[in-house]
Amino acid sequence: MKLHEYQAKQVFADAGIPTPDSQLADDVAGVVAAAEEIGYPVAVKAQVQVGGRGKAGGIELADDEDEAREAAESILGMDLKGYHVDRVLVEGAVDFVNELYVGITMDRGEGKPVAMVSTKGGVNIEEVAEEDPEAIAREHIDPSFGMLPYQARRAVYDAGVEQSVARDVSSVLTTLYQLWDDKDGSDAEINPLMVTSDDEVVAADAVMNIDEDALFRQPELAEMEAEAAGGDELERMADEYDFDYVRLDGNVGIIGNGAGLVMTTLDLVDYYGGQPANFLDVGGGAKAARIANALDMVFSDDNVDSVVFNIFGGITRGDEVARGINEALEQFDEIPKPVVVRLAGTNWEEGMEILNEDLVTVEQTLEDAVQRAVAYAGEVADQ
Amino acid sequence: MSVLVDDETRVVVQGITGGEGKFHAEQMMEYGTNVVAGAVPGKGGQEAAGVPVYDTVHEAVEEENADTSVIFVPPAFAGDAIFESLDSGLDLAVAITEGIPTQDMARVNKRLTETDTRLIGPNCPGLITPGEAKLGILPGNIFASGNVGLVSRSGTLTYQVVDNLTNRGIGQTTAIGIGGDPIIGTDFVDALELFENDSETDAIVMCGEIGGEDEEEAAAFIDDNVDTPVAGFIAGRTAPPGKRMGHAGAIVSGSGTGTAESKISALNDAGVPVGDTPEEVADHIEDFLA
Repeated sequence: MKLHEYQAKQVFADAGIPTPDSQLADDVAGVVAAAEEIGYPVAVKAQVQVGGRGKAGGIELADDEDEAREAAESILGMDLKGYHVDRVLVEGAVDFVNELYVGITMDRGEGKPVAMVSTKGGVNIEEVAEEDPEAIAREHIDPSFGMLPYQARRAVYDAGVEQSVARDVSSVLTTLYQLWDDKDGSDAEINPLMVTSDDEVVAADAVMNIDEDALFRQPELAEMEAEAAGGDELERMADEYDFDYVRLDGNVGIIGNGAGLVMTTLDLVDYYGGQPANFLDVGGGAKAARIANALDMVFSDDNVDSVVFNIFGGITRGDEVARGINEALEQFDEIPKPVVVRLAGTNWEEGMEILNEDLVTVEQTLEDAVQRAVAYAGEVADQ
Repeated sequence: MSVLVDDETRVVVQGITGGEGKFHAEQMMEYGTNVVAGAVPGKGGQEAAGVPVYDTVHEAVEEENADTSVIFVPPAFAGDAIFESLDSGLDLAVAITEGIPTQDMARVNKRLTETDTRLIGPNCPGLITPGEAKLGILPGNIFASGNVGLVSRSGTLTYQVVDNLTNRGIGQTTAIGIGGDPIIGTDFVDALELFENDSETDAIVMCGEIGGEDEEEAAAFIDDNVDTPVAGFIAGRTAPPGKRMGHAGAIVSGSGTGTAESKISALNDAGVPVGDTPEEVADHIEDFLA
């Protein structure tokens, strides 16, 4: 789960990291009022979950009321890489002499957190990491001790941060690690951390991603989740039904159990010349009602022309799956899109006896089921 | 024969009084696994699935000589349950639980370096030596005893590939589900080493997926250390960057590493053929054994 910039900034500010004055606004008058209160110049920043907002026109500077109005009019309501902008953060512009990068993430290869500092802030840090890895100082952290003070200092000096601000930057890095640790962060970043002419540091941006598996012990952040969600209606529906779901561009709907097998089903749809419309994992041990919800979800996607069910039961039982498919389809006078079913594993024979074959097409193997669904989608697309 | 487990392995089930724990303890015993005890705090002195329950894993080790644990404990408490098994001197701990916070696993990962216990998982289906023992939730009936070792990051994909093998009369020495999380215990390299050193294993299947660089590391290891022929499969070729595809670890970062393409080419460079479909993986294994 990714927090919006304004949410992450609040979390950082509460922990004592210096941030510019800022206010959230959702209309032009609100932007102007906020700018007057904060004092010009201000930055007006679109609050959507995409990178590269500045280049895409989602961040504008304003020196006076006219410019603030103009910026608000151009950003509010714009479509930024597929996301509708309905809120902006109005923020005091920082007069800076240097831009740094500080961040904490999990190094999965090492199985340890890693703290990073670079004097090449303000740009795409992934590009820096690839082209000039030496420009980023790294400290791996033993999770049983946390970040020790010398580690923060070493990262800061190794990165080449000037002595005049080194103490403040180490303090920001230490606080950032503490936050990352306390809040179950997966990534916490400030890019850029601006250095002003009077040797102060200010977090001009804020990134905080939270481990979704840990939200149960982060009630305050869980409350922000609804607000942090992206704009996709189907993905919201998937949250409600509690499915692992990802929407894609194609027209073959895919439902299966287990992430690896569902990914494989997607890949086979592609291999046999079709285009997957989604990834939908019903998870382990799904009961009939859950299977019916999955069909409801995939039918709700207008792009879907056919559906393939691929179930290989371990915990999941074929008879429960068959009952769910029947329940979902029997409510229609006419089935909206052709459904192909492949059942294997636990109780698949019982499932095949229960499954109403007037409503679905049955295939024995994964390959046959995928090819049939691709063919159906092609026929619908041809009509 | 067997890698890691056999019918002598003495298993304690952590969480045996829960719905999943009890059901799968019974399924394991039905398969022939030597489940000797359960461990559930506050339930000591009771019996579940026909075996005695102890309050602590330590007691199960003392009283029943348990040497292996299988963990069916909810995510909020599973990290602690793994610590308990690591501190009880077991040879092997298998964590089935899905959804353990990554930071908890980072702490477990640190402790693993300080003990001799091997961890498999979490977020995995477990492992099985067909005809001898299964530890976890794998459906026993699709496996057959034989000479192919299998290691996989995904449970249901394991079932699919095993089904393709068994249907052709190709059995397995041991199948190990290592789990789909970013931080796991036993990884591809560890499992490949076990199979390479097992005289009964004549060919290996390795099922990977997008995310991380474990498959690339495994490819380098195969190139240098593995003579047993290996066939691969990589799930997630069609996954868009930046999206989490079910497994916590299955996410392609924006910067070009961890993609299906980079994994497939690393494996190919190490002489490992990668099937486009599970059926093709079975074709490669059949060729190796011919």
